[in-house]
Amino acid sequence: MTAAGDGHAPVASSPAPPLLDVRDLRTGFETDRGLVKAVDGVSLSLEAGRTLGVVGESGSGKTVLSRSIMGLLPRRGTVREGSVRFEGTEISHLSPKEMRAYWGAQMAMIFQDPMTSLNPVMKIGAQITESIREHLDVSRDFADDLAENLLASVRIPEPRRRLKEYPHQLSGGMRQRVCIAVALACGPKLLFADEPTTALDVTVQAQVLDLIRQQQDERFMAMVLITHDLGVVAGRADEIAVMYAGRIVERASTSVLFADMKMPYTEALLSSIPKLGEPPHSRLATIPGRPPDLVNPPPGCKFAPRCAYVQDRCREEEPPLLDASPGHQYRCWFPVGTPEGAAAFERNRRAGLVAAAAIAAEPVAAGPAAAPPSDAAGG
Amino acid sequence: MAGSGTAHLRDPQGALLRVEHLVVEFPAGHGLKVHAVSDVSFDIVEGETLGLVGESGCGKSTTGRAVVQLPRPTSGSVTFEGRDLTQLSGEQLRRIRPRMQMIFQDPISSLNPRRRVRDIVAEGLEIWSIGDKASRAAKVDEVLESVGIDPANGGRRPHEFSGGQCQRISIARAVITEPKLIICDEPVSALDVSVQAQILNLLEDMKARYGLTLVFIAHDLAVVKNVSDRVLVMYLGKTCEVGAPDDLYAAPAHPYTAALLAAIPVPDPGVRPDTEQVLGGEIPSPVHPPTGCRFRTRCPKADVRCAEEEPQIRPVADGAGRDHFVACHFPLTPGETLDFSHAGRGAEVEV
Repeated sequence: MTAAGDGHAPVASSPAPPLLDVRDLRTGFETDRGLVKAVDGVSLSLEAGRTLGVVGESGSGKTVLSRSIMGLLPRRGTVREGSVRFEGTEISHLSPKEMRAYWGAQMAMIFQDPMTSLNPVMKIGAQITESIREHLDVSRDFADDLAENLLASVRIPEPRRRLKEYPHQLSGGMRQRVCIAVALACGPKLLFADEPTTALDVTVQAQVLDLIRQQQDERFMAMVLITHDLGVVAGRADEIAVMYAGRIVERASTSVLFADMKMPYTEALLSSIPKLGEPPHSRLATIPGRPPDLVNPPPGCKFAPRCAYVQDRCREEEPPLLDASPGHQYRCWFPVGTPEGAAAFERNRRAGLVAAAAIAAEPVAAGPAAAPPSDAAGG
Repeated sequence: MAGSGTAHLRDPQGALLRVEHLVVEFPAGHGLKVHAVSDVSFDIVEGETLGLVGESGCGKSTTGRAVVQLPRPTSGSVTFEGRDLTQLSGEQLRRIRPRMQMIFQDPISSLNPRRRVRDIVAEGLEIWSIGDKASRAAKVDEVLESVGIDPANGGRRPHEFSGGQCQRISIARAVITEPKLIICDEPVSALDVSVQAQILNLLEDMKARYGLTLVFIAHDLAVVKNVSDRVLVMYLGKTCEVGAPDDLYAAPAHPYTAALLAAIPVPDPGVRPDTEQVLGGEIPSPVHPPTGCRFRTRCPKADVRCAEEEPQIRPVADGAGRDHFVACHFPLTPGETLDFSHAGRGAEVEV
């Protein structure tokens, strides 16, 4: 629970501290099998009004990261180390009681599942005014008016009537709009959006993402947008952090990341998205296997067992975060787009290694036939 | 579609499955009805994959379930291998079931948590007493192996597997009775992109290996394009557009198809999301669907005619001789773009 390592570095000495500054955050859960290291040494910072996209597969630690920053994890059985500074103030050691001053008022969260994140037996109006009445000294009528304006601003038709309805009376897209209204009620400076559109249709996804961006522009609010789909963050984030096995494996501004990705994992995530431009029945590139066990992760690079570029060094020695250019960091010994990386990939391809064949998207024999050994290993 | 008609159906001789004028309605109390599927027709040739696309509530899952008679449709015919399933008795239908299987959206809740994976997969063989005990075990091993699950792990229960692995097990369960037709109801919607790619590749392999014909239901047009030979776009229980994916994606003729295509996030920061192309509003209630074209309340091209007259499915004008059909009074010409920020003129038209 206490700040450790370089957590006490004098961040505040810079003229204006970033809105959010996370240093070497580690979050683990105690289980019968041992400590699950869900977040393992993550550092990041975010300026006011900016958007950071956090991308990774299920189990990469992206959700735990956001909850850990907000202090929303259960105390029992959770081990949290590192520093979280909000506007220069250390908040990682605060008790839930002290954090109440931040929740809703300074930082808020939109969750993935709009069905379960609203209280089913509470009217929508009451769920929105709850935090307004908690943080702002306003009358009930004023809070109701505020809630009505909020619902109108998230483009819910007939907001006055909706205030008196229950969540089950709304569609999934409408419920997610209500969640956004609840999150925005007290004008937070930082919004965590944890897979806000994964449970929604593509058309509603586009509506909701546009709405969040519009609200963000109007309120000069910073956002951490968590998703497993690089397509969702491509047009909407200023910066992207790719997570794998609890750590950031690549971080860059969005344009740099897409133009010059260094990490084989980022490349593999991008190439597994079906593209509209490709003809039907194109073989999709896959990432064989699945993320490693976070109790006993393999030594060396955590992505090595699934990587198309893997070499002996990767299995023994974990790469540190290396600088590609100012603001662009990655964790790889044989990065994409370099002579070493190309040579490593070619060596694997010649040797007929499983992972290389899957990434290269060769027909029939490669995909599913290649997947079982690593896939079943973790099962 | 918001339209009806059968212009897009092909020669009944070649079709493995032919669905004509399918209607599914559910009682909604107070004498009202939910019009889930209203006069939808399609056919599938053996070995083909038909993609059914649309938003939640468009009736695509209900259509898939009505094909396997779960529940039986309100009216219409479902001809599978030359027999009309809607006319069969319960026992006759049961005898056909091993030849039609389903794969569901949520891989974890569609597997019985208390049973071992090997028993879940073997159940179809046991019900039909196919082979003896040893040959059944060999068959389970073979099928598990083919979907990429180590048969040595067959003694485990579903919770010990990831979502992607559970979906592999669901596929193994579906193919073990050697069906002709599999209805895949959003099989990848609950999965990560990386796992989604694995499962889509696996479905293609299974199709080749076991000679399957697939109905692939999804809301993501990019996923549907990857697996389909023919795509049918649905809206509020009606058909909008049918065609080969290359034609349909290159030049969508129905405004709704264009909106669905525009909504797909592009993994390229150079392409800014186009807010004008975003379809506004929500799908109307299927209890009181709009008159005429059901899409008119959200359509920028809607006119009085759309409220009065339901469009019929017809070949796309310049697609003469091609496999491309649309149900729209004012279909898009290739290259035409729409501004959905002014959509819904059709909503103001009162009839």
